[in-house]
Amino acid sequence: MLKSFEPNKIFAVTSRAPKYVLFLFIVVLTIGLTEALILSPEDYKQSDAVRIMYVHVPAAWISLGIFSSLALLSVGSFIFKNKNFALIAKSLAPSGLVFNIIALVTGSIWGKPTWGTWWAWDARITSMLILVLFYVMYLLAWRIYEDKEQVIKVTSLIAILGVVNVPIIKFSVDWWNTLHQPASINILSTNIAIHTSMLIPLGIMTAAFALFSLLIFLMKYNTELIKVKNKGLDRL
Amino acid sequence: MINEIISMNGYGAYVWSAFSFTLISFTALYFVTKLQLSKEQKKFAYKFGTLNVEKARAARSQNINREILSNTSNI
Repeated sequence: MLKSFEPNKIFAVTSRAPKYVLFLFIVVLTIGLTEALILSPEDYKQSDAVRIMYVHVPAAWISLGIFSSLALLSVGSFIFKNKNFALIAKSLAPSGLVFNIIALVTGSIWGKPTWGTWWAWDARITSMLILVLFYVMYLLAWRIYEDKEQVIKVTSLIAILGVVNVPIIKFSVDWWNTLHQPASINILSTNIAIHTSMLIPLGIMTAAFALFSLLIFLMKYNTELIKVKNKGLDRL
Repeated sequence: MINEIISMNGYGAYVWSAFSFTLISFTALYFVTKLQLSKEQKKFAYKFGTLNVEKARAARSQNINREILSNTSNI
C-alpha cells in the first residue's frame, strides 16, 4: 500500500493540487473572516476582544496537530524504513512553526485587554514557547546536517522528544493554576461550552487554516521532490 | 456600521492587529515557499538543458521529470 504513495507516482497530483487548494482556501477564509469579524456576536464579558479567538485557537490547534504528525511520521520512517515519511515531515514543519508563532503573538495581543498583561509565565504559554523551540531545532537540524541518514535520525529524535510536550500543553490548564480557562471544546465529549454562534466561525476559520497548511505542505513537498531530482540529474 | 467594525467597542487595535499579523504571516510564508519552489524548478530546467541527448532521453523516461519540466514551462 505504501508503494502507491511513492513520490514518483503522486507528484502528478501534488504538483497540480496547490492551485485548487489555494482557491478553496481563499473562499473559506473569506467566509470565515466575514463570520469572525462581522456576523459573530461579541462576548458578554470580553466584548469584541473575543474575536481574537478565531485566529488564536485554530493556529494553536494546527501547530499542535502538525507537531504530533511530525512525531508520528518520524516513528513511521523508523518502522517502515521509508524516507518519504521524513520528506513529508520536513515539508509540514515550516507551516507548523508559523502557526505556533501566530498562536503566541495573537495570544499575547489577546492577553493585554483580558488579563492586563502581554505576557505571563503561565503553564500553557510557557509550554507553547517550548514547542516553538522544538520546531526551530527540528528545522535547523535539516539545515545543519548534510548526511541523509544522520539528519533523519536527529530530526526524528527531536520530533519524538518534542511530542512529549503536546499533552503537557493540552492538559496544562487542568494540571496547574493558569490564566487560561479550561478547554471549551473536547473532541471526545459532546459537552461543548461554547455557543453555536461562535462555534461556527471557529470551525470555518479552523478549516481555512487547515487548508493553508495543506497548501504550504504541497508546495514544500514539491520543492523537496524537485531538489531530490536535481541531485539525480547530477548523477546521470 | 463601518465605525463600529473598526472600533470594535474600543478593542479595534487588538482585534485588527491580531488578524493583520496572521494574514501578513500567511502572505509571507506563501511567497517565500513559492519563491523556493520556482527556484528549484528553474534549477532543474537549467540542469536538464545542459544534458546531452542520451542523458536527456534517460531523464525524460521518468514521469516525474516530465511533470517537473511541464510545470517549469508555466512559470
